[in-house]
Amino acid sequence: MKNITTLIAALAVTAMVSSTAHAQRGRDGHLNILYWQAASSMNPYLSGGTKEIEASSLVIEPLAHYDENGNMVPVLVDEIPTIENGGVASDLGSITWKLRKDIVWSDGSPLTAHDVVFSGEYCLHPDGGCTSLNYFSDVSGLEALDDHTVKVNFGVAKPFPYGPFVGSTTPVIQKAQFADCLGVKAVECTDANFGPIGTGPFKVDEFRANDVVTLSANENFREADKPAFATATFKGGGDAASAARSVLETGEFDYAWNLQVEPEVLAQMAAAGKGTVVTAFGSSVERLMVNQTNNDPALGPDKRSLYLDGTNPHPFLSDPAVRRALSLAIDRQILVDAGYGAAGKPTCNVLPAPAVYASMANDECLTQNTDEANRILDEAGWMPGDDGVRTKDGVRISILYQTSTNSVRQGTQALIKQMWEAIGVETELRNIDAAVFFGGDPASPDTYMKFYADIEMYTNNFSGTDPESYMANWTCEKIPGPENQWLLSNIQRQCVPEYDALSAEMSQTASLEERARLAKEMNDIIVGNHYMIPLIWRGSVSAHSNTLLGVRMNAWDSELWNVADWHR
Amino acid sequence: MIRYIIRRLLFAVPTLVAISFIVFAILDLAPNDPTGQLPLTIPPEVRAQIRESLGLGQPFYIRYGKWMEQFFVNEPLNIIEQAFDVKIGDSESRLRVRSWATRSPVVDLIVERMPQTLWVVGLSYIVGILIAIPIGIISAYRQYSWFDQVGTFVSMVGFSVPTFFTGLLAIIVFSVMLQWLPSIYDTTHRVTDLASFWVHLKQLIMPVMVLALFNAAQLSRFMRSAMLDNLNLDYVRTARSKGMRERVVLLIHVLRNSMIPVVTLIALGIPTIFSGAIITEQIFRVNGLGQLLIIAIQGADIPLVQTLTFMFAVLIVLFNLVADVLYGILDPRIRYE
Repeated sequence: MKNITTLIAALAVTAMVSSTAHAQRGRDGHLNILYWQAASSMNPYLSGGTKEIEASSLVIEPLAHYDENGNMVPVLVDEIPTIENGGVASDLGSITWKLRKDIVWSDGSPLTAHDVVFSGEYCLHPDGGCTSLNYFSDVSGLEALDDHTVKVNFGVAKPFPYGPFVGSTTPVIQKAQFADCLGVKAVECTDANFGPIGTGPFKVDEFRANDVVTLSANENFREADKPAFATATFKGGGDAASAARSVLETGEFDYAWNLQVEPEVLAQMAAAGKGTVVTAFGSSVERLMVNQTNNDPALGPDKRSLYLDGTNPHPFLSDPAVRRALSLAIDRQILVDAGYGAAGKPTCNVLPAPAVYASMANDECLTQNTDEANRILDEAGWMPGDDGVRTKDGVRISILYQTSTNSVRQGTQALIKQMWEAIGVETELRNIDAAVFFGGDPASPDTYMKFYADIEMYTNNFSGTDPESYMANWTCEKIPGPENQWLLSNIQRQCVPEYDALSAEMSQTASLEERARLAKEMNDIIVGNHYMIPLIWRGSVSAHSNTLLGVRMNAWDSELWNVADWHR
Repeated sequence: MIRYIIRRLLFAVPTLVAISFIVFAILDLAPNDPTGQLPLTIPPEVRAQIRESLGLGQPFYIRYGKWMEQFFVNEPLNIIEQAFDVKIGDSESRLRVRSWATRSPVVDLIVERMPQTLWVVGLSYIVGILIAIPIGIISAYRQYSWFDQVGTFVSMVGFSVPTFFTGLLAIIVFSVMLQWLPSIYDTTHRVTDLASFWVHLKQLIMPVMVLALFNAAQLSRFMRSAMLDNLNLDYVRTARSKGMRERVVLLIHVLRNSMIPVVTLIALGIPTIFSGAIITEQIFRVNGLGQLLIIAIQGADIPLVQTLTFMFAVLIVLFNLVADVLYGILDPRIRYE
């Protein structure tokens, strides 16, 4: 009995201590974050890589964040502008943000509308090479109506005007610090790029490019009791497996990002009990792109994989029956189990999230059906030849299937090759170094845009939560070719007038329900016709120490978006 | 001797210019793209603008000329300015060699990385030599004894097992199971007192030993065979028959003669210290020059790769000369004129 009273007393004391401690900034000491790809800059406008965007989100902030459900939450403003509250003009031509009046930069000076306007001008400068430029698409100008009101004007009606300054890709930077860094001078401001002054919970003490960032709590942060950590380290380097180990097994770090590790290895590490694996699913889908144009090497550079107004169709992939059979023959669950584990789910949609946009019409492909696939091919007249490969009118279904070099992708390729063998399809596998495959060198024959193959596989996604510009990637006018240096995005070279009409309609539609209907219909055209064969809805996987609380894993914004709320 | 050195240094200039051109041409021809690693959410038009802002739109010879000017004129001027606190010309607008990934001057990045590489890789080189030479001497002197057999076995293992295996093994044993040593090297750690020196030592042990064993394995084999070559020569018999003690025979006569090829080997190996140990640095996150180089290669950061590889070329040419000069000093029979 006595023991119990002592225990209760002790608990009461602990509770009191912790509640008083709660009022204090920096009460929980040091935070160790590990990103195995090191940050090379703290200026996301100049680097564009996920690692830089997330590192800088500790220091600089946008006007609003996306939370873990993809909803916008105000950060530097009191409320999100909408048509209802008058923040978005009724003609959809502008959006007006009202800044909070109590926000100061970490150097003590107040945040004003001029800083926001400057941030936009910084990125829009034609010589700056800004990597977030697409978030500012259609912006015709920014103006500060007063010290705390910013108006962003669009050149066209913009039903979703939340591109600029929502999410960590487009943060607000300080005008006073970056004033001399516009355009070509942007690269010369090393001190500013490495140590931006921000409004966020931390400030940079020391930045070592591609190695480590040392941070301390911003004493001017708008919430007096946050962040809970007095100092933080953002370490980079190494590989995903050892990053996972340092959180889950040795406990040296509190948070590790992007743990693309074999599922069983990760499970084994998590069993050590020091940390927790967290996942979040955004819009990333690993998919097969099905080339609709003939890529026969014999055609030469003037014809190979070019659309040429539909006069150059693929010899067998232009047959819808073949495409559908290829999709049905794949057991997506096996691909997930072998390569992704908790980081993947089978999907039949190109647009799997946010939930309002996810179509249910294509779930046929979730179960593998080899018999049906064989039946479809038989019916379409593709008959197995002597070597077991299906042939029709002298055309053999022999697929060149390429992707980037990556052990999980090569595993997936091998499995799919087997699955296709079961329906009489011959597959040749090829992998290309990621820097070449995803690089945009127009002289290289191996880029994913040139698409000198029948099928290629990679992951694509969109940032933010609005799919309008993402879905507009696959209209007829976006087909890559030499006239546009292969810089356009309709990689599978589909051209469906009905799809283009839906895309045009979406750019004029403001109502969310209507937009969702249009996006779903567009998704169904792409995957119903199997121009793309979605395989895996990919989540991001990170791990945090069991002593670190408050992590809300987010796929729609920086994973560190709520680092101010993290505590022990 | 001095004339020889000057002549060799003059010959080095065209060699290095040719090397810089070849490196630049190879990097330029490589189908790599600095925007290749960016997320696909960045549209191709924006990528094209980024490439333009990096100066990739200009023809090859202009970019090579610019690099030459920045590296051979602007950077040395900058170093002089910093060292002597003077201003030479229009130093504000002088273009420096800038990394594409970090947009910061390449030379600053290298200077920042030098300490940890020298600490870890340099120390491992010294430790490796200190281990290898005694093992080589004893193994040769007591040829086919159990010590020699064990030494042969250990050096074969050390030489054939790659550091990415021994490093991982060390982490699993000492960091995961025993929890004695940190698995991640803290590059911001500063040694101020005894306690912080102890912390530094703890984080150094694993990477240094893993690399030292690898270096020692190779060097001890060399030392052993050089000693064996000498031990059977006539001058050794003469020394012994004059009644000299074994100690003197072995450590003065034989060792000095056996060291000639070994010292050359050691001198030739010094540039590899600066190029870092790419794999070991990656495993322990030492983030030195090796890691800088590999990140630059992956990210197609051509100015950084170009500058680093060129620096390594300079060091290799230089230490080749040092090795030749040392050879002459150690072996008076060799004369360069």
